[in-house]
This record gives sequence, structure tokens and C-alpha cells, in this order.
Amino acid sequence: MKTTRIMIVAVGGQGNILAARILGEAAVAAGIEVRMSEFHGMAQRGGVVESMVLLGDGKGYCISDGNADILLGFEPCETIRAAKKCGADSVVITNTATLPPFTVALGKDQYPDVDSATTLLSGRVKKLIAFDASSLALRAGSSLVLNMVMLGALAQSGVVNLPTELLQRIIREKTKKEFVNMNITAFEFGMQKAAGCL
Amino acid sequence: MHRLLDGRLNEKMLMLGNEAIARGALEAGVSFAASYPGTPSSEIALQFFQISRESDLYFEYSANEKVALEVAAGAAMCGLKTMVSMKHVGVNVASDALMTLAYTGITGALVLVAADDPFMFSSQNEQDSRYYAKLGNLPMLEPSSVNEAKEMAKYAFDLSEKLQLPIILRTTTRINHASGVVTLGHLPERKTRGSFIKDPFSYVCIPSVSRNLHPKLLDKIEKAAAISNSSTWNRIEGNGRLGIVCNGVSYGYVSDALQEFGIADQFRVLRVGFSHPFPDELVCNFLAGCEKVLVVEEGEPYMEDAVRNCAQQYGLMLPVNGKGERLFSRLYEYDPAEVKKVVASYFNIPHQPARSIEIEDLPAVPPRPPNLCPGCPHRATYVAVRAVLGDEAIYPTDIGCYTLGLLPPLSMGDFLIAMGAGLGTAGGFARATGRKVVAFIGDSTFFHSGLSPLASAVFNNHDFTLVILDNGTTAMTGHQPHPGANIRHLGLPLSPLSIEDVVVGLGVQKVITVNPFQYRKTLEAVQDVAAYRGVSVLIARAACPLYDRTIPGFKRKRPFYVNHEKCQNHRDCVTKVACPAFYVGNQGLEIDADRCTGCALCAQICPENAISPILNKEVTS
Repeated sequence: MKTTRIMIVAVGGQGNILAARILGEAAVAAGIEVRMSEFHGMAQRGGVVESMVLLGDGKGYCISDGNADILLGFEPCETIRAAKKCGADSVVITNTATLPPFTVALGKDQYPDVDSATTLLSGRVKKLIAFDASSLALRAGSSLVLNMVMLGALAQSGVVNLPTELLQRIIREKTKKEFVNMNITAFEFGMQKAAGCL
Repeated sequence: MHRLLDGRLNEKMLMLGNEAIARGALEAGVSFAASYPGTPSSEIALQFFQISRESDLYFEYSANEKVALEVAAGAAMCGLKTMVSMKHVGVNVASDALMTLAYTGITGALVLVAADDPFMFSSQNEQDSRYYAKLGNLPMLEPSSVNEAKEMAKYAFDLSEKLQLPIILRTTTRINHASGVVTLGHLPERKTRGSFIKDPFSYVCIPSVSRNLHPKLLDKIEKAAAISNSSTWNRIEGNGRLGIVCNGVSYGYVSDALQEFGIADQFRVLRVGFSHPFPDELVCNFLAGCEKVLVVEEGEPYMEDAVRNCAQQYGLMLPVNGKGERLFSRLYEYDPAEVKKVVASYFNIPHQPARSIEIEDLPAVPPRPPNLCPGCPHRATYVAVRAVLGDEAIYPTDIGCYTLGLLPPLSMGDFLIAMGAGLGTAGGFARATGRKVVAFIGDSTFFHSGLSPLASAVFNNHDFTLVILDNGTTAMTGHQPHPGANIRHLGLPLSPLSIEDVVVGLGVQKVITVNPFQYRKTLEAVQDVAAYRGVSVLIARAACPLYDRTIPGFKRKRPFYVNHEKCQNHRDCVTKVACPAFYVGNQGLEIDADRCTGCALCAQICPENAISPILNKEVTS
């Protein structure tokens, strides 16, 4: 099976690792080969968290520049930072709600203009889906389910060969009991948004 | 039941590399494990720690890597199967014991996981641990995938038992922190009780004994060489004339590159998984069929030198290359595209690299450096020390979260090399300059390697202040316990050692303990210890806020807010304290109530008393 390379970028605490894990477990359940790697140097201390999920044939565990089929960005600044992973055929799905680094919060650094950045990006990749996923997470019940909103959008985009029902089943099986309903709601919000129904 | 004890035979399970290593050890019947945590190895120990609480596996977090190796060596001398896991620089700490443990050998099994960190994702250097195998005459295995990490861990125990030698299982971050599908094997019963048969003239390494043991070790390593030469971990794929020798994750990159080029039949790839003793005979046979050879390995030219050595031994003249200009780097982690490019250029293969989209005109993105957390007690201590001593003092620092104090505006950290070395170097800085020196060390690091340098400093009459930043846990690597940590809430019958008693016991005459969130008292204490001539110690004790909130019975404190009627915009709260809970809002500086832990440090520093606790906000834990 042709390799699908998914790059997930986020800020520590946004649930990137769990999102990757759901994709990985779904792949195992579907009998698809999967390799993943994560970089979470000092995630709990405000740093960047990267996950790479490779589905299908191959032996490597990481994604080179220009090689991501999908870039899933939980925070717009991190999407821009990881844009070099994309090629002309990539699909970018990004949250537009910002989580400014501390230096920006204090006015020492500038936060980039998200709209102009996504406009530039959308002309260069195959498809770009940008939306405020954080507010959908809140609507589903908690900022903590942002990762499920993003997974829902990814599932709806159709670029990953993992059925929606399977992803939902894995979410039910592998996430904390008390969060399952909220997770599923958030996942569905993400799907509906990506389908243009929200 | 713990995930790693669960699962049917031949079931496929998605695992982190470190989980796979632990599972491999369990499948080999490991009964005794020890570790000092260190990225990227920490999750191996975490599995054993958890499993030891629900089974007869013995596990301990030892005070440092050398002690971990030694305690495991004791058990392995009694016939038990043991594993120790550590990061690459931890092997430096353990190496003194390791080099002579190779001489005595062991009667059970001992597998040492050495987790290297190319690119230094979270390390102070990127040393290549493979040389320890060579230095100590110890067999070494290097996995290329997560499943192989499990299989090799399991095999390493068999090999250790067979050769009666410690085995090094050498990984890199991209294996430890990769996940992949693992096929589960059988979980045997553990043998938890051993026996020790006295044999001092084989085990007590006085010179006359060691003179006999060294040749025995060389015999063992010769046996190991025969095994390596026929090991299935060293395998040749293809029979083309273009040769590639590779190891670890590089094998995956090579394999994917050749697949993409579509000319795999022109190549002959040797994947070395049993890399010490190097499979010389196998390599010579391999070289004999090649026109030219490229060696693909992250780190130092360990295999490249070994392959050249083989060629010379057998009088082969073919080109062997690896590191060098337009070839591979000795720096950092490799990337699949880089491997593809070098393979293509070395063998003259037409190759169109994947093209990134244009990014030059995308807006600049601000960096997101890690930072001390809101409510981190280290910040409070640093603010007080800076207020008293400013840039006059020299600040050797140490390894842990508190290293982040290096960043402005705290700017506390002038020299950092190794665990315990902040304290060790302090006397040198003080003697050489006559300046005030304040060394920082964390509680876990203090027990890891702070005791000897402190005793030495007292004995040698040095003049500096040591600040022990005691947050009650090994925070940086994921809140592991250490000898000074109170873990009674886990129901473990272990009593924490008192840092005060240790410091006084080592002869320090001036010791003050403060809660760094009591700012005025801390300032006074810093002045007091700094004025003392000789070795003085300030113990700054307050819990790590990330750890604290996981302890049963934790109650969240009220968050604070900025009263804009009082605020005169001095901004001391951000220019001196720099807590990441602050942000610039519409009315000026604000505090994010969700991130504020209620530590009250900023409230004590604000010249207008403009920062107060939120009284009406509902506080939940």
C-alpha cells in the first residue's frame, strides 16, 4: 500500500500525541501498517509537540521536508512553522485559533497574521481547510477535545484511508471513559465543519 | 492489568519503542530492573515501575545510573535476569562499574539499554555510545524498528546468559520515541530468587585476579564474534555490486530510498544489528561482491572504520565512504531525504528530491521556547538570588528543569556540563576568581551526583553557596521518585531522606531552608548564606506544580488578577518574574486565571500591591 504521511503539529497540552495514537490504533485495527514518531522535548513546559504518522509501506519513522501528504496543525503558528513539510500535493488542515507564545503575550514578539498566511498557503497546496477548531472544542464541552475536532476534520477530508466509524470506535475504546461522549461530539463537529455543514 | 502483561500470543499491539523494549525483557523473563531516568530512555523504567507494583518483578529507581547498574549486577551475579536502562550520558556515570563488570561477567543475565540522542532533542551532548561496547569488550545490539527493539531486547538476555557477559542494547531517540506494531510473544514465569556461589578468585578484581580475567574476557568476546558473524541480526539483502552498510534507523531510510529509486537489484545492503563484535568475516564476504561501499550511520564513523579495517585485513581495495564532504555528517539526526540524496549522489543515480512549497514569503513565526511553568518554585528562587547578587556572582548550574533559568530575564546559569558538575566546578570558579559563586542543583540531581562534590568542597575549604532547588521530584523526565522524594501516597514503604541531614552530615556549617514563595524571607536567607565564608547551602523547598496537582488531596489555590486601578505599569511582574501566566490585554497586563497556580510570587514583587487573589472565582481542583 502506498505510504500516507501525516504530520501533526501542536503546542504542549493540545493532545497531539493522543490524536496520533488514535490514528495508529485505527490503522492496526484496519490491518494497515503503521509507523509513528513523536518529538515532545519539553512539551509540558510550553514547547512544540510534533507527531509523524506513516501509514502503509515503508520502514522509516519520519517525514522529510516536502513529503507530508497531510499537515494537521492544532495551532496556526505551528502550521506555518511546519509548512516546509508540505509539497504541492499536500492537504493542510489547520486550526485558526491562536495560542500565542509567552513572548508574544508580553508584546516582545509579533504573532503572524493568520488570514494572510493561510491565503498564501492555500494557493500552494492541493487543499487547505482552515477553521476555528478551538471554539468547536469548547462547544463540544472542553478545550481539551480540540484534538478530536481535528481528527474529525481529517476523517471527513477523505485523505486518510481510515473509515470514520473505525476512528469513532477507537475513540470509544481508547480514550478516558468520562471523556468519550465529549470526544465523539467534538469529532462529529470536526467532520461537519470540514464538510461545510457547520 | 498492565498493558504489557496483557495480550494474547501473536497478538499485534501498537507500542512505543520503549514499551517494546520493556515487553521484550518481560518475554525473556526479566525479574530485576533498575534505572535512573533520562530522556529518551525514561519510559522503559516507567513500565517496570508500574509492573513491579502488580507483580513479582523487582524494580527500583536508583540514585544514579552507576548504582542502578551495580544493584542489577549484584542480582545478576546470583543468576537473575536483569535490565538497566539509561540515557547515553548515564552510561558515562555507570561506565566505571561496567568496564570491570565485563571482567567478572555475570552468572544470570544483564542487559544495559543505552539510549543515544542524536540531535540532542533533550541532552547536553550527542556522544555515540557504541564506543563503550568496544572499550569494554561488550556485545552490542542495535534495533532498526520498534518490533525489532522488542525482539532484540529478548534475544539480548539469551546472549547475556550464554556468554555470561553484560550486553549493550543501543538505541537512538527515533527508536525509543517511535511507535510501531509489535507481535507479542510468550510471557514466561520469572525467577525472582537466586543464589550466590562464592568464588573470590574470579570475582574480586585485585590485579592478580584481573590478570586472569582479562584473557577470559577476550575469549568470551571471540565467541561473541563467531555469533555475530553468523547472526541473523546482521543480514544481507540483494546481490548487486553497489554496497551499503547501515544500522539502526538509517536502515529504514536506505531501504525506503532504494525502493523509491526502483533499482534495488543493483544494490547489496548489509544491515548490521549485532554491531560489536563487528562481523568482520561477514563484512569481508560482503565487500568482495561490491564495487564501492557507502556506510550509513548516524553519529561517529564507528562502522565506517570497522569496514575499512575489514577491507585492509583481506587486502580489498574498493572505495569505502561514509562521513565527509558531500557525504554524511557526524552531526545530528539523519533525515530520509538527506539519506536519499547522499545515496543518489554517491552511486550516480538520477534523483528528483521532493520539493517543499515556497515558504520564504510566509510570515515569520515567533519561537516557542520551553519555559519554567507558571507557579514553578525555581523561578521564585532565581528571582530572589538575582535580586541579591545580580550579575556579580558566577552561577554554575546543573541538569533538570531548572536549567531553563538560563533564559532571560532570570539569566541564572553560566556553566553547565554534566549531572553534579555545577557543584563540582563551583570551587574552581571561586578559587580562580575570588568572586562570589552560587551553584544550583536540583533535589534529584543532588542525590544522583551532588554528595561527593559537596563533601570534597567542605573538606577543601571552598568558598561558595550551593542552592538546592528541592521540588520533591525528578520533574524534567516525568516526575520519578528519588531518595529525597516523599512517595508515601503510592503506598510504597520507602522513607524520604532529609536533605538537611545529608548536608549537615557532610559537614556544612551554614544551612538554611526556605519556602521560595515567601519572597522576603528568601531574600534574607540568600543574603545570609551569601555573606558566609566557606561552603553554605540554601535549600529552597516547594513542590513542582505539575507534580503537586497529581497528588491525592491536592487543592488548587486561588488564582491572582491585576487590579488596574492600582497598577502603575512598572512591569516588574514580567521584567523580573516572567511568569508565562501573564499576557498583555486591553487594559494592560493581565493574568490568565487558568494558568495561574496562585503561588503569589508576583503579588509580593509588585511595587503597588496591584496583584491580588481572585476572591469571587469558584476554585476547583
